[in-house]
This record gives sequence, structure tokens and C-alpha cells, in this order.
Amino acid sequence: MLSYIIRRLLQLIPVFFGATLLIYALVFLMPGDPIAALFGDKPPSPQLLAAVRAQYHLDQPFLVQYYYYILGVFQGDMGTTFSGQSVNEVLSRTLPVTGRLAIMAIGIEFTLAIIVGTVSALRKGKIFDNGALVVSLVFLSMPIFVVAFLGQYFLAIKLGWFRPTIGGQNDWGDLWLPAIVLGLSLFATSMRLMRGSVLDTLNQDWVRTAYSKGLPRYRVIPVHVLRNSLIPVITNSATNFGVLLVGATVTEHIFNIPGVGNTLFQATLKHEGPTIVSFVTVFVIIYVLVNLLVDLLYGLLDPRIRYVR
Amino acid sequence: MKRNKIALAGIALLAAGTLALAGCAGGSNPDSSGKPAAGGDASAIIKTNGSEPENPLIPTNTNEVGGGKILDSIFAGLAYYDGKGALVNDMAEEIKVDSPTKLTVTLKKGQKFTDGTEVKADNFIKAWDYGAQLSNKQLNQSWFSDIVGFSTDADSPLTGLKKVDDTTFTIELSSPVAADFATRLGYSAFYPLPDVAFKDMAAFGEKPIGNGPYKLAEGEAWKHGVSIDLVKNDDYQGGRKVQNGGLTITFYSSLDAAYADLQSGEVDVIDAIPDTAISTFESDLGDRAVNQPAAIFQSFTIGEQVAHFSGEEGKLRRAAISMSIDREAITKTVFNNTRTPASDFTSPVIDGWSDKLDGADVLKYNKDEAKKLWAEADKISPWSGTFQIAYNSDGGHQTWVDAVSNSIKNTLGIEAAGAPYVDFATLRAAVNARGADGKRTIQTANRSGWQADYPAQYNFLFPLYSTGASSNDGDYSNPEVDKLLEEGASATDSKKATEDFTKAQEILLKDLPAIPLWYSNVSGGYSEKVQNVTFGWNSVPLYYEITKTK
Repeated sequence: MLSYIIRRLLQLIPVFFGATLLIYALVFLMPGDPIAALFGDKPPSPQLLAAVRAQYHLDQPFLVQYYYYILGVFQGDMGTTFSGQSVNEVLSRTLPVTGRLAIMAIGIEFTLAIIVGTVSALRKGKIFDNGALVVSLVFLSMPIFVVAFLGQYFLAIKLGWFRPTIGGQNDWGDLWLPAIVLGLSLFATSMRLMRGSVLDTLNQDWVRTAYSKGLPRYRVIPVHVLRNSLIPVITNSATNFGVLLVGATVTEHIFNIPGVGNTLFQATLKHEGPTIVSFVTVFVIIYVLVNLLVDLLYGLLDPRIRYVR
Repeated sequence: MKRNKIALAGIALLAAGTLALAGCAGGSNPDSSGKPAAGGDASAIIKTNGSEPENPLIPTNTNEVGGGKILDSIFAGLAYYDGKGALVNDMAEEIKVDSPTKLTVTLKKGQKFTDGTEVKADNFIKAWDYGAQLSNKQLNQSWFSDIVGFSTDADSPLTGLKKVDDTTFTIELSSPVAADFATRLGYSAFYPLPDVAFKDMAAFGEKPIGNGPYKLAEGEAWKHGVSIDLVKNDDYQGGRKVQNGGLTITFYSSLDAAYADLQSGEVDVIDAIPDTAISTFESDLGDRAVNQPAAIFQSFTIGEQVAHFSGEEGKLRRAAISMSIDREAITKTVFNNTRTPASDFTSPVIDGWSDKLDGADVLKYNKDEAKKLWAEADKISPWSGTFQIAYNSDGGHQTWVDAVSNSIKNTLGIEAAGAPYVDFATLRAAVNARGADGKRTIQTANRSGWQADYPAQYNFLFPLYSTGASSNDGDYSNPEVDKLLEEGASATDSKKATEDFTKAQEILLKDLPAIPLWYSNVSGGYSEKVQNVTFGWNSVPLYYEITKTK
């Protein structure tokens, strides 16, 4: 088990270099001159332009620029933004906000998916099941920004239940509306999977055995059915984690949440290389770690799955 | 290429760094002397929209509106621009134009930075000198280029700035533009810096100490990526009397978010409206909607080299084209009234603007006269071909270009159409292309425009219509216009300057090197809780005038 984890962690090294190199190349290839854009409408003298460009190493060839960046990263310095802030600081300021949003959204997604999925399966073909199908199809087919704008307009502006934007007040209790939007946009697939999985499990021998042993329904369903039905849902949420990160970027933009996604979006508009590369790399690393975590969770859910060597 | 920046839509208002003041002609605030409105709460915090400053908060290094509106609130320069875009002395007792190349500035005594030190001549001289040095890499460096001693190649002290005593200094210029230079002095690049700034400029940019109507609040005032809190500075003695307790600028990632907050009362004033709400905001907000001209002028230029558009024939055709465009109808239907038909070559928010220039009739839709002039031109040389307007198709210009073309087509009965280029850079390359004879090669008209750097008519006229100027797209050259512009820029009397610029514009209205179309508007709105909201020349509200009820 331990050696498996170590091996997986070692895989992070090539992932890190691959990701940073690739993203750095993409930023490098982006059209437009970020330094000229800094000056807005008043054209600077060519000498000034060159001096500012040199400050960010943007006058160097691609590999040299990448080298400077990686060198900094290994010294714990991910570079600075055009406004002179350290990217480390920006990251440590924004990551907790997005973390809260993501955890709340996943919590909402799972709770809804498990409850609605299980009840649908148990009442297959009844009104609840069909109703849940319709609702999940609606959320599945609506892009997240539509859900976000509708939620913002009706729940916040019209009904006043939430503040329409988040801004500086972004503690757990403040993030309900964006978390619900994000959770809802993810829940449909998980819910359908859960329903199918529960239906599948209900037909297994061990469930019949449990019932025939005389176990009551309230023991059989949570312990024997639910636990065994969770594996596909968990797998799905791991692969879905990328969707969550993209969704978080859109949600943060619409609700003005000062998180990682929003900052990344602004940095992309400005061609702020160090910020883009560092943020996306952190995304990649989190993605890999989450998938590792999910792989390990399988073992807990189903003892038959074992990681040896 | 500051001109057509408008093309890079969306980044609007980058240019005019911004003095937070100045107003709009026809603004809604009759009492700019500013007593709090009945019920106004002197301690109320005004909440408004903004964006995270793109640079440290150093006046010489801030050229965008996000940082600009903060700097304008916490600093005071020699002068500020009032509600009509006119220059009003702030720190200065007097700004005297001694000769076309020399100014003398006298400061008021006893004015202080918020760290308690006095504002002296040295604070200006050192701040400007800092901004001009190449090694300091300041984004606003070019603003100092007219001062003697300035160099783009290497660090070089601004020897043209000479201290006479603690409250007096002189400015010597390398070109005869003293009068116009004086009107630039309200811009944020010319703010003074306290002595402490020069010890550690990076730390200063994070927590600036100013001398303006507001100052940073105690504690962590600037919450990066979130907001900045400003409170009233009781030590400020200038003309921008603060009618509220402070200002909180929230940084929004999108205008839609800001507009949502306005609708639910989370923010008091916003100075832009998202595209999604542009057709509904006036009905949503009623008389709390703001929609008025900004310092942005739009036109299309017809170069002298375009066939049929030179000489006497050209004059007739230009006037005919201009009179065949129904500006009223186009601004209404295409732009939802977010443009205002032009009546000159500048903008209504600029001091000296008038809609009663001699010859401004040529900008009014007049079907019969247009046909008549066109027919006269045909007698000189018969028209053939299509009248085309080149534009960049990535900037949302197609609709109005088509509308203008149709208007011309229907009035004059000639073929007229747009000539799209994929992006702004391609369009500019085509406009700037020159043949072996040195003449431009483009054979169509091209869209053009200007956003003011500072509220002066000279800024709208000189770069576009003086011989050989940087943005003179049509290679227009008229010695009379050149002479009037030069005289205006060096006139020691501002009335005389306005007269010169008026005369120059009246010549332009006859020659029509560019066909004025309209001024872009600034759109904004405010909540029921606030009153006295006026927008300045740079499309930023005059925050200090705003009152708020509990």
C-alpha cells in the first residue's frame, strides 16, 4: 500500500515538469504583447518598452524564460504579478476561498446525488423517479453560467435570500449560493449513476441473502446496498473534478469571488505568465492528488480492491 | 497608437488615467459648491465599483482607471478638473504661463500629506523626476517628455524643473506648448510624492501616503483582489470638499456582477453598465440611470489620396457624405442612445466645447443639400465606384458601418459599403501602408476616433489634424490650422486659446479631413440611497460630491 502511494507521488514529478512546460509554452505563444498592453493608449518610448520587457525576462528566448521560472519555483518563489505582488501570496490568499467553495459544492453534489439517486432506484418508475429524471436532465443540459445567472437574478436580486456577489466576505456561510449552483451543475450525472448502481446492487446475491437473514430494510439499504453502490459515483467525481475546477472559474467570475479561478481568468486577460503557469500547475497537482485519494478510497469501500506493489 | 484604442473595446477608458473630477456638461448636480443634501449623512461610506489596480499605487506608474480612480481620491495635484472639465487650482496658488516655454508654479502654504509633512515644491520636482527616469520604468514616463532634460535613451535629470523656494518652482519646456502643458497638470502623473516615498517606493505603492480628499483607512485598507477602503482626509483644504465619510471601492470581475449588486443595493454607484443590460438599464433604474457623453470622439477619416476626395471636388463630396448620414437615427437604433451625435471635433465634457460652431450644419442630416453638393462635385469629375469605410470586424463596428453606408447609399444614390479587416492591427497596417511616392495607398475611408488623455481641446485636435502628427491618418495639412493650434497651445490666456481652437475647428468643418460621427457615452447608475452623483470628464463619478442618506 505504502509503496503504491510513493510510486503515485513520484509520478507527480514528470507531471509537474510536463504541465509547467506545456502551459509556459502556451502562454508564450499567446498572441499580443502584454507589455505594450500595460501602457494602454499612450505609446511608450522603445527604450522604456525594452526595459520593462527585460524586467520580466520577456526579452529572452522561451527556454531561458522557462528556466528562470523553474529556478524560482525551486527556491519557493513563483514569480511576481505585473502589480508587483508575489504569486505565492496571491495563491495563498485565493486557494482557501476556492477550497471552501469546492468542498461545499462537492458536499451538496454528493448529498443530493446519494439521496435522490437511492430514492429513485427504490421507487423505480414511480412519480419521484420520473420527476428526478426530468430535473436532472434540466440541470445536465443547462450550461453552468445559465444556472448561475438565474440563481443570481431570482434568489439574490428578486427574493433577496442571498447577496448577489461575494467579494470580501467569503467565509463558509457566505458561499451558499455559488456552492449550490456549482453543486447542482455537477449533481445530475452522479445522481443518474447512483440510481443505476443502486438498482444493480439491489439484484446482487448478498442483498437477497441479507433480506433472507431477516435483516430489516433500514439495515440492508445503508450498509449492504449503499456502500457497494458508491464506487461508480466516486470514480465519476474524480474524473469530474476537472469539470468542478472549470465550473468554479465560471462561478467565481459571475459571483465575484476572489478565488483561484477568478484570479486565473484575470491573469489570462493580462498575459501574466507566472500567475497563469503557477495557478494551472496547482490545478494539475490537485487534480492528480484527488485522483490518488479516490483510488485509495476504493480500498475502503470494497475490500476486494487491494493495491499491492 | 493611442487613438483608435477604442477599437480594443472592453478595456474602455484605459487612456485617460483620470482625475477623479470634472464633470459632465448637462450634469444633474446644480450645486457643485456642495452642501450636503438634506438628510445626507456626513459619515456615510459610499460604495462603488472598480477593479484591482494593475500596478502599485504610484502616480507615475498608474495609467489605467482601476488604480487611477483611487489615486485621484487620495492625491491632490497642482490642479484638478471640475465638473465641466475646467482646470481648478488644488495645491497650487497660481500656475502662471510666463512664455510659450516656461511656467511658474506657486503652491499654497500649509498643505500637508497625511503623514504630517508639508507639501513643498521639492515633492513635485522629485516625483516628476522619478517618473521620467528610464531606470524607474514608470508607465507614465511619456507625460514628462516636454520638460527640458527629458531623455528616452538614458536616465537624465529633468533640469527644466527649478526650485525657487519651498513654495515656488519653474517648469521649462523643450517645445512651445506651455499653455497646453498647464492643462495637463491635473492628470495623476503630475501628483506630488512625500519624502518617505523615495526611501522605499515598492512599500509606498502598497500603502500610499497622499494629500487628497481621501486617505487609506486604518489597518488593511487595500484587500488585494477584493476592495480598498478610503476615508475622508480632514487635513485636505482644496476645492474638492468631501460630502461623505469615505469611499469603498469593490473590485468586480465582471460588470454583470456589479450591476447585480446595484440592483440589490449592495453597491451605491457604478460607472459602467454591462452589455447585457444596456438596452434595459434606463428602464430598470429610471432617473438613477446615467447616460451622457464621454471624452471619446468617433469619426471616419477620408485620406487626401482617396480618388475624388481631394481639392474642390473633395470638399464638396466630403460635405455631401457628412450631410447624408442620419446620426440621430443611427445613435438611436444601432446604439440604444449610448452615443451622442457629434457637433464638433472634440467632446462636450471638454472645456470650450460648443455645438454652435460656424459650419456645424454640415454635421446635420440634410438630404437635399447633400444631393446638391454631390451633383456639383460630379460636374467637376463624375463619380464612379463604391464609397467604402474600412473597419476592424472584431470590435463590434459592423452594425454602425453598415448603417452609415446605407444612409449614404439611400441619400446620394451611390454604392456604399463597409470594408472589414480581421482585427485592429491589420486595419492599422492597411491605413499606414505607403507607396513608393510616400503617399498612403488605402483607397477607402477608415474609421477613426480619439479618447482624450486630458480634458483639453488641443488634445483632440493636434495629434489628429496638424501636419505630420502621429495620428493624422488622412495626411491632412492646412498651414492655417497648424498656426492656430500652435498659437492656442502657447497662448497665455485661456480665452484666447479657446478662440484659436474654435477657429481651427471651423476650418476643419469646411475641410472635413475626418467626418465626425458621434461621442461615446458613459453609462452608469446609482442606488436610491445616494444623491448628487455627477460624472467627471473622464467618466468617473465625482465621489467627493456624493451624499448618502441612512
